[in-house]
Amino acid sequence: MDQKEEGVKLTPEQAKKRRSRSIAIAVVLAALVVLFYVVTIVKLGPGVVNRPL
Amino acid sequence: MSLVERQDTMSQDSAVWNGGMGSVSDYMALLKPRVMSLVIFTAFVGLMLAPGSVHPVLGLVAILCIAIGAGASGALNMWYDADIDEVMSRTRKRPIPAGKITRDEALAFGMTLSIGSVVTLGLLVNWFAGAFLAFTIFFYVIVYTMWLKRSTPQNIVIGGAAGAFPPMVGWASVTGSVSLESFVLFLIIFMWTPPHFWALALFKSGDYRAAGVPMLPVVAGETSTRHHILTYSILLAPVGVAPYFLGFASPVYGIASAILGAAFVALAADVWRKREGDEARKACVRLFKFSIFYLFLLFALLLAESLIVGA
Repeated sequence: MDQKEEGVKLTPEQAKKRRSRSIAIAVVLAALVVLFYVVTIVKLGPGVVNRPL
Repeated sequence: MSLVERQDTMSQDSAVWNGGMGSVSDYMALLKPRVMSLVIFTAFVGLMLAPGSVHPVLGLVAILCIAIGAGASGALNMWYDADIDEVMSRTRKRPIPAGKITRDEALAFGMTLSIGSVVTLGLLVNWFAGAFLAFTIFFYVIVYTMWLKRSTPQNIVIGGAAGAFPPMVGWASVTGSVSLESFVLFLIIFMWTPPHFWALALFKSGDYRAAGVPMLPVVAGETSTRHHILTYSILLAPVGVAPYFLGFASPVYGIASAILGAAFVALAADVWRKREGDEARKACVRLFKFSIFYLFLLFALLLAESLIVGA
């Protein structure tokens, strides 16, 4: 079971660039979470918990 | 290609993969930040001039989405035009021709941001603005980049509409509709684009010729381009003053825009007169630089007035 031997092997530079891109994606996703949270508060305000079923 | 075949290709030279070399800044470069800054500015002016009000957070979301949508268009443009970019000196250092990002990566990036920006604008602000942003991206990528750019010397006249839509999208973010005023903002950029780009094309025509892009100087010749520049400049000048005549700008704007429009026409006439040598080139560069200043100042004046009136 040497599956890890197959497939793409990243060079150290590719691995480094991928890490920096991953961090950037994480930051963007976190910012989106905050954005959607803030917009929810702005649009619904206190009514956010007062929704009829 | 089936999965088995793909695995075979992989295992033949499993250590070689030319993708994954793009840094965060390379991906930022795909968004054409300088074009994006102009889009942000004009969209913001449209948003501020629109009647009614929008919550500052929603206004910020609208501008952010329009900016990302514009950036996504830029990435998709670079995906499709990689062959042209490789030939032209102005674009040779872009991430794809420079070998930092593959075409597939640019396509995936552009599509993700396009869909993300449209859906976010629709969900958080309003769906009319979201649909308008989607149309703008469609117009820039499909109509301009994929169709007109390589087929007609009128490419930037019609394609320029894509760059002129952002203030209308900004306006629509507040009102959920379009109006004569927002159409005038569109018309200013729409009429401004041809003389702006033809001035650039005149002193970069060698580049476009080498890339096989049918820009006006390449197809119709430099004399015809000069006629076109002058004609469009004469048409642009009154359009620039239109906000005053339509009553959504003050006399101060009216006078300033008339002076700026006259200066634009004077510089275009200079380009028309000087046809040979270094003087001709300098006249084109002068018009190109002034055109950026002209558009910025008109929109800055409209913005300043809306802030003063709103205060």
